[in-house]
Amino acid sequence: MSNNQKKQLTPVQQEYQDLEKQKETKRPVVKNCIKAFFTGGIICLIGQAIQLFYIYYFDFTDQTAGNPTVGTMIFISMLLTGFGVYDRIAQFGGAGSAVPVTGFGNAVISACIEHRTEGFVLGVGGNMFKLAGSVILFGTFSAFVIATIKTILIQWGGL
Amino acid sequence: MLTGHRTWVFDQKPVIVSTGTVGGPFEANGALAEDFDLLHSDLWLGQDSYEKAHKVLLEEASQKAIEKAGLQKEQIQFFLGGDLINQITPTSFACRTLGTPYLGLFGACSTSMEGLALGAYLVNTKGANYLLTGASSHNTAVEKQFRYPTEYGGQKPPTAQWTVTGAGVALLSDAGDGPCVTSATIGRVIDMGMTDPFNMGGAMAPAAVDTIEAHLTERNLKPSYYDLIVTGDLGQIGRAVSLDLFKKHGTPIREEQYQDCGLMIYRESQPVLSGASGPGCSATVVYGHLLNRMKKGEFKRILVVATGALLSPLSFQQSETIPCIAHAVSIEYGGE
Amino acid sequence: MIFFWAFVVGGLICVIGQIMFDVFKLTPAHTLSAFVVIGALLDGFGLYEPFIDFAGAGATIPITSFGNSLVHGAMAEAEKHGLVGVISGMFEVTSAGISAAIIFGMIGAILFKPKG
Repeated sequence: MSNNQKKQLTPVQQEYQDLEKQKETKRPVVKNCIKAFFTGGIICLIGQAIQLFYIYYFDFTDQTAGNPTVGTMIFISMLLTGFGVYDRIAQFGGAGSAVPVTGFGNAVISACIEHRTEGFVLGVGGNMFKLAGSVILFGTFSAFVIATIKTILIQWGGL
Repeated sequence: MLTGHRTWVFDQKPVIVSTGTVGGPFEANGALAEDFDLLHSDLWLGQDSYEKAHKVLLEEASQKAIEKAGLQKEQIQFFLGGDLINQITPTSFACRTLGTPYLGLFGACSTSMEGLALGAYLVNTKGANYLLTGASSHNTAVEKQFRYPTEYGGQKPPTAQWTVTGAGVALLSDAGDGPCVTSATIGRVIDMGMTDPFNMGGAMAPAAVDTIEAHLTERNLKPSYYDLIVTGDLGQIGRAVSLDLFKKHGTPIREEQYQDCGLMIYRESQPVLSGASGPGCSATVVYGHLLNRMKKGEFKRILVVATGALLSPLSFQQSETIPCIAHAVSIEYGGE
Repeated sequence: MIFFWAFVVGGLICVIGQIMFDVFKLTPAHTLSAFVVIGALLDGFGLYEPFIDFAGAGATIPITSFGNSLVHGAMAEAEKHGLVGVISGMFEVTSAGISAAIIFGMIGAILFKPKG
């Protein structure tokens, strides 16, 4: 993380960095946020439509339709990733395409496609969670901590 | 021959007898397509992995250089070169095909001039009659290693650069006609505490400035001695910052004489953010486009300063800063 | 109406992500990991389910919902089996997303070549 260095900069380094900051092309934050808003919003809209489709045409309820919806969204992201389209959407949409579950799918699928050249076992299998692994790790572990604390509190105090 | 602390002056004037430059599809659509010997329409080059395609780029560039000099590959004494891929395997594997005694180098994007400096030294001291030196890079092989899988949707900031898919090789000799290598200044590792791997230009500029100023001081030259001072891949930001630094230090380098290979190779319309980068960038632009212009008489004396960022994906994860280096080589053609 | 809120809420969550990218200079991995943890926390406080009722896909599609599902699954099992249920229950609800990613990742590797 570029903002995480607690290293002490020498005066020469600090002086240079101040100079460099003036010439550095600033990221267009507002424009990026607007693009992220629309991209993320549209993806969620599509997800909403798919969810309703599953509720009306199949026997899913509001609660259970989430699963096939997520599965379908990730299938779509496989197609977009495989046809080389997802990375272009992402250059435009930024977090708008990374934050939805389609972004998670893209992270896993792109790693699989890329490392096919190293074989299925070591390449695909060994590298597929290169990007998404931290999401699975932190999701699982934080859920474990939270659920454990909550369960203990319930058992003791009657939440 | 040693002038000052880290500059060599080559009194025997080793000659660049021929060059070979090969590029990929993006370069074929670029501004300097005419100056490439060979251009490919896809990134795979008929191979089954990016890394193997990368090796083929260098093989083809080397073969072109040998062909254009009218020599056989058995006559080449040494090959000096490198790339960005782990353990510089594309270069090593290309030399397996060439069969030439091999000196692998790593200077990241400064490898082209590191090789030319060392190669000129070898020829100048009669350590070789003919040698090949070059550098190469492959966009998707580099992205795969340093950044993200190529189909991953990671948004690049405007300070990022585009790695060139290309190889540039020069054939140096102690005799013959062509542009001569007249001097070289070796760079020191400079680290200004920059940490953003998507802003290489900003990290490398101080190294370029350090080497250029050392070169001018140690050779006792004014910047106006050179018709062109060209950096490897500082990009828009690195170029702007280095011009500021020159002003600050009182080094009279004019904007028009100070160019960057990374800003020359592609057209405005190509989405390369702040410019091109990669060992192949300086190699293909210098050994193709710039030497062609020298032979046409447009420049008599140029100083090429290839710049490299010496980080790895691991060093970044360990919250290390980005140390950089720049090597300068002067090339002259057409008499004093 | 649900479509409107799905769009707006989903969009706003992505804007927060974009700010983490551009202003705080966090990598996608850091940002998404943070979001999953936030989703888990919100469900810990019982706030994510009402959020889903209100925003529909705007709450279930962003990666925050993974954190929510994991806690939900863990709590559902814990109700029946106590603390042991915490571990066994977690992936019962979330498996769709992760399984889909793994399966389609493999299919993708078989069918596609990267385009660069």
